[in-house]
Amino acid sequence: MRRVLPIFVLLCATAGYAQEETRIAVPYERFVLPNGLNVILHEDHTTPTVSVNVWYHVGSGREKLGRTGFAHLFEHLMFESSGHVPEGAFDNWLEAAGASNNGSTTQDRTNYYEDLPSNALELALFLESDRMGYLLAAMSPETVDGQRDVVKNERRQRLENRPYGLAFSTMFEHLFPEGHPYSWPVIGSMEDLSAASYEDVVEFFTRWYSPANASLAIAGDIDPAATRALVEKWFSDVPAGDPVPPPDVVSAYLTEEQRPVLEDRVSLPRMYMAWLSPALYAPGDAELDILASILTDGKNSRLYKRLVYELQIAQDVSAFHYSLEQGSSFWIIATARSGHDLDELEQVIQEEIDRLKMEAPSEREVQRAVNQYEVSFLGGLERVGGFSGKADRLNGYYFRTGSPDYFNEDLARYRAIDPVDVQAVTRTYLRDGGRVILSVVPEGQPELAAAGARAQTD
Amino acid sequence: MSWMNIDKTRSLLAGLLTLAATTPLAAQVPDRSQPPELGPPPALSLPPIHRLELSNGAKVLLLEKHNVPLVQVNLVVRAGSALDPADQAGLASITADMMDEGAGGRDALELADEIDYLGASLSVFAGDHTTTVALYTPRSRLDAALAVMADVVLRPDFPEEELERKRLERLNSLMEARDEPRAVASVLFDRTVFGDDHPYGRFGGESAIRAFTVSGLREFHETHFRANNAFFVVVGDISMGEAREKLEALFGDWRRGEIPMMSWPQAEQVGDRQVYLVDKPGAAQSEIHIGRIGAPRLTEDYYAITVMNTILGGSFASRLNQNLREEHGYTYGAFSYFGFSPLPGPFGASSAVQTAVTDSALVEFMKELNGILEPVSDEELTRAKNYVALRFPSRFQTVSAIASQLVELELYDLPDRYFNQYVERILAVSKEDVQRVARQYIAPESMAVIVVGDRATIEDGIRALDLGPINNLSIDDVLGPAPDLSGTR
Repeated sequence: MRRVLPIFVLLCATAGYAQEETRIAVPYERFVLPNGLNVILHEDHTTPTVSVNVWYHVGSGREKLGRTGFAHLFEHLMFESSGHVPEGAFDNWLEAAGASNNGSTTQDRTNYYEDLPSNALELALFLESDRMGYLLAAMSPETVDGQRDVVKNERRQRLENRPYGLAFSTMFEHLFPEGHPYSWPVIGSMEDLSAASYEDVVEFFTRWYSPANASLAIAGDIDPAATRALVEKWFSDVPAGDPVPPPDVVSAYLTEEQRPVLEDRVSLPRMYMAWLSPALYAPGDAELDILASILTDGKNSRLYKRLVYELQIAQDVSAFHYSLEQGSSFWIIATARSGHDLDELEQVIQEEIDRLKMEAPSEREVQRAVNQYEVSFLGGLERVGGFSGKADRLNGYYFRTGSPDYFNEDLARYRAIDPVDVQAVTRTYLRDGGRVILSVVPEGQPELAAAGARAQTD
Repeated sequence: MSWMNIDKTRSLLAGLLTLAATTPLAAQVPDRSQPPELGPPPALSLPPIHRLELSNGAKVLLLEKHNVPLVQVNLVVRAGSALDPADQAGLASITADMMDEGAGGRDALELADEIDYLGASLSVFAGDHTTTVALYTPRSRLDAALAVMADVVLRPDFPEEELERKRLERLNSLMEARDEPRAVASVLFDRTVFGDDHPYGRFGGESAIRAFTVSGLREFHETHFRANNAFFVVVGDISMGEAREKLEALFGDWRRGEIPMMSWPQAEQVGDRQVYLVDKPGAAQSEIHIGRIGAPRLTEDYYAITVMNTILGGSFASRLNQNLREEHGYTYGAFSYFGFSPLPGPFGASSAVQTAVTDSALVEFMKELNGILEPVSDEELTRAKNYVALRFPSRFQTVSAIASQLVELELYDLPDRYFNQYVERILAVSKEDVQRVARQYIAPESMAVIVVGDRATIEDGIRALDLGPINNLSIDDVLGPAPDLSGTR
């Protein structure tokens, strides 16, 4: 059933890859410092640049009710000042060395990177080790207040002042039961951001930002032995801290269909439909990625072709599997064109889901989606730095699987998918009776919402 | 070819870090009293840029990169939206958009299926002065993907029913733009700074979208898509010999043509400062966009402007972002930019600020726009120059990013040594250069100040600043009335 693409026959002739057919190799060296910090080194001399990437295994899922948004607010504070780095110096010194840097927070983790010319590697190690070991020495209530305002503006820019901006947080609120770690938005509520205190900063840092709860990946133009010595030099004095227990996984199950409606300052109505689904790397996770692609990637995908291309009742449609450690969600989002309502869209979406439940997709549809995944893996090997460059991926794979070089295993999940597997996950997870369908409609026009004549039919 | 001698940086970096003490490597606890001293920045060494011409005269630039089996092929045609007729702004864009909607005997769905199945991506898009057909493909699928690309470039069908689809899509996009404060600010900014008569100032509203015809698109394609008006950039896991053979086979009989000479009216610089306030009732933030006409890409001041703008608003540590975000907490970010084009492009400074502090934010904007006219500090100058110069090698990591660099080289007819010289030209910028270009291009008294926000809350505060006359506008004034699409299918 499964075809191996010629592209991988070619790979084995390419320097930098293992000789075995269909394997991508990202060779690495891994060691652990006495304080528990995991370190991963990978050499790539394509350009004279290096990426220093740090993951902390804490995200908004570890927050407490009443303090939502704290993990992300804390991410901002990590750039402010630390024991030996004055306010503003973090960015000033990095820019003076020709470096870029950033950080991001999800429900599961927080990551940071510096991409630098390779001569400046040690500067990044100094800065990362200083904020890992000595952040609190420089923190003050004023610093917290300053970033609180910035984060509130980030929330305004991403949510309040953006059309449909409140849709995702509304969806998560309905998808997960109250108190579930994924039920609140990563950026938090305005109220909780106002309530965050300096004491919260101290507690959060002490509890979650220990070396044993972190992983440092360095990829690029490096000498591994010299780099290891530099890592030992700068990170060995970081105190070990207390061990971090694994999260208590809270299960979630939707027993009925929910249909919230949101009025917003928008011209076109938009529908968000989502189901709960298997966790990242669990059986079914990759199949749902492929299902999403079959539904909405490209003009020939099932939903794009019918809604946008043929019927022309939708302006856009997209589907994706949002995979997280404690459980994922499968999403379909479609915007109605002017003069059309969400019931029309829902009817077609339902027909296409039902069709996939009755009959497996064609082999060509599955293979088309898998081929696109394979090329995106190749593209990911081009960059050492930034978000989802090689250093970031090594850390991600390490955290989720224990194996930094999980590239082949990850890709193999997609190659192994048969059309009937896609049919099976559609039947199992895209249930009519357990989902959330949010209608975002122009203010004063609730009649454009999806009414759901077919609700509760299975 | 070894390039980019960054020797000069060494002394500059040393200058910046003179305070740094040497750290004993073997120490148990590292000396954290100073940041570590850094060695000299590395030089980037890339393979040579190959050039050739197909038999019909079409130029090809090629750079080999074999570490990942991917190939990027960009075809750049020297025609873009600056050639749009006055009443059909968007013609170049919709022509580009339509090229893969049926070509060489295959319809839109067949073309898309073939490209998607290969794992490749093919896109066509128009800029102000170019239309680009960009192919990104695994090496093993290059032949099949290039054949599709050739059909799209040389034999587009422009089917009538596909144009109607695109027209409806664009009319609906126009509806969506009304909801986006940033889109509204951007359209008004361009129109105010460049004027309705200038190609950079035009906006394709409802009447333009309704005016496109298949014959108009065909004519645009027929006139400008000519072998002598285009060049290829090829980057990736491919040799010169292979590229020559494949491109010659597929594009060798692409005909030459007479390309009409174009000239554009010189846009009139923005006059005395005025405020344009677009009402967006209930908005949580005000979208601020301040600026005027900047400079063309080929100005002698290119490097000095780049450094000056980096200090003003071109990086995270820049003055605008430090002031409005870090110091005052008015925003998530504040930046400035120069849009470099064949004709003088815009200079703009922008941010989305919390509604309640709109007037205070404008005060800080004007403070920084005036402040950059004064001499900058040595520390700022060194940091900005290093930031721009030392990050230059990172632009050469991916096949698509390298292709963009080569496109710029050819489009502006820059010498191959441009890449070698870039770093030293940036590092040669002096404090006096920065002040000179700031005074020449940043004139805070002659700027358009665009604000899209909740007028009822912000107007009084803005008026009290006395920045200039206030023009009150609605979203309809900017984008036209909402299109009536009730009768559409």
